[in-house]
Amino acid sequence: MTHLLLSITVTTIAALAWGLLLGGISRMVTARIHGRIGPRLTQNYIDLWKLFRKKSSIHHGTMFWLAPMFRIAGGAGVLLLVPLIVGNTVIVNMSFSGDLLLVVYFMFFGCLGMALGAGDSGHPYAVIAVSRGLAQMSSYELSFSAVILVLAAGLKTLSIEEIVMAQQDGILSWNLFRYPFATVAALITFLPMQMAYPFSIVLAPQEIPIGPPTEYSSRLLSFMFSGRALFGVAKLVLFVNLFFGGASGWVSLLIKTFLLYMFPIFVSSVFPRFRTEQSIRFLWFVPTSLAAIDLLRIMI
Amino acid sequence: MYCNKLPEIPDDRKKIWEKVDNMARANSLWVTAFGTGCGAIELRPLHTSRFDMERFGIAMRPTPRQADVLIISGYLAVKTLKRVIRVYEQIQDPKYIIALGSCTMNGGMYYDSYNTLNILDRYIPVDVYVNGCMPRPEAIIDGFSLLMKKIKEGKAEGWKNYIENLEYYRENQKKVISNWDLPDYNW
Repeated sequence: MTHLLLSITVTTIAALAWGLLLGGISRMVTARIHGRIGPRLTQNYIDLWKLFRKKSSIHHGTMFWLAPMFRIAGGAGVLLLVPLIVGNTVIVNMSFSGDLLLVVYFMFFGCLGMALGAGDSGHPYAVIAVSRGLAQMSSYELSFSAVILVLAAGLKTLSIEEIVMAQQDGILSWNLFRYPFATVAALITFLPMQMAYPFSIVLAPQEIPIGPPTEYSSRLLSFMFSGRALFGVAKLVLFVNLFFGGASGWVSLLIKTFLLYMFPIFVSSVFPRFRTEQSIRFLWFVPTSLAAIDLLRIMI
Repeated sequence: MYCNKLPEIPDDRKKIWEKVDNMARANSLWVTAFGTGCGAIELRPLHTSRFDMERFGIAMRPTPRQADVLIISGYLAVKTLKRVIRVYEQIQDPKYIIALGSCTMNGGMYYDSYNTLNILDRYIPVDVYVNGCMPRPEAIIDGFSLLMKKIKEGKAEGWKNYIENLEYYRENQKKVISNWDLPDYNW
């Protein structure tokens, strides 16, 4: 039990630190694409500390306070249910007890908590953002479910551990090469999950100030930032496990998550934002159709 | 729904943390995206690759809830003062004000205008003034560096001044705003 608690604590803190560092790198990369110098690598840590120590006098109801905790719980839940390193027996967390469906549930749990908190804040822009976000979430959920169907039908399992183990016979056994269309579909759904352009209709500063966290400040906002960083890393680890052969060691995990993290950054830097209905239409048809191609290949 | 409680200066701060906090605050200044006068046009170039304010940790925030700095960008009309008060009081402590241009100091070219405030410091606490009409982006960056220096030294305490002397500021604000309908404090 002590070992499990220690493992969970270490994993969560390390993932948070890595998530914030990745956020810092992404800000630097985006700045370089713009031709700017950009912020320091440690800027996200500084921002987080400042927010954590800032005073807060705003109260909008119980759910308003609970939402950031839901966000952190959702991120930590996904992270702890996913195996980090293939065959590692030291840091196992709870990777044996949850299958892919439970992980997907946890992924939406954080977002739903966030939606309730933002709704409780009573700010009109937060409510608009929540309605946009839930509409978009239900559309990429459809595409992501189609991708999960491909994996379940092809590998005859929903256990993430078994999915990772099935990819250990060389690079060509990765699901990236077995199910290339489903992988592309999953990568497309990864963009709205990371709130990247062109699917950034939830946090759209030029339209609806900043969306759900409009009323959040100080410590609550710092929790929300932490939750986002944690969630980001959890999703990266999940995607590495599902399509890129899992990670054979810590270095491999860091490299793979780093490269995968760069994908939404580069896409974000060159695309403008969709309108809500464009985003939903795109997510319903394009990634779902791509996943359907692989599903048909498996069935035939 | 209004909170009737007036703000208080927190007294539980420990000095050792205060130094670390001030370092973080100085290197992570988030600015409310609110342009009050013609100087707002000089803030735009700060985002661009030529001036790039993000390299100092300065970022724009679209909501006062998440901001630390309010920039009074040029002349401040009486009508805008009401909005400035609402925005400033919604920013959570600690918070800072940078005032741009001659208009905020002595009225500038609007010194005899019927609806422009001449000395801004009487209505809200200003931490840093940047002079010029209008100050160029380099001057604004210089103003930010001065604010950073003051924060690191623990001298940017306009927000404490505002809480301590709220009655004085309210009196002056009410003198110029004829249709005063704001709550005791705009949380």
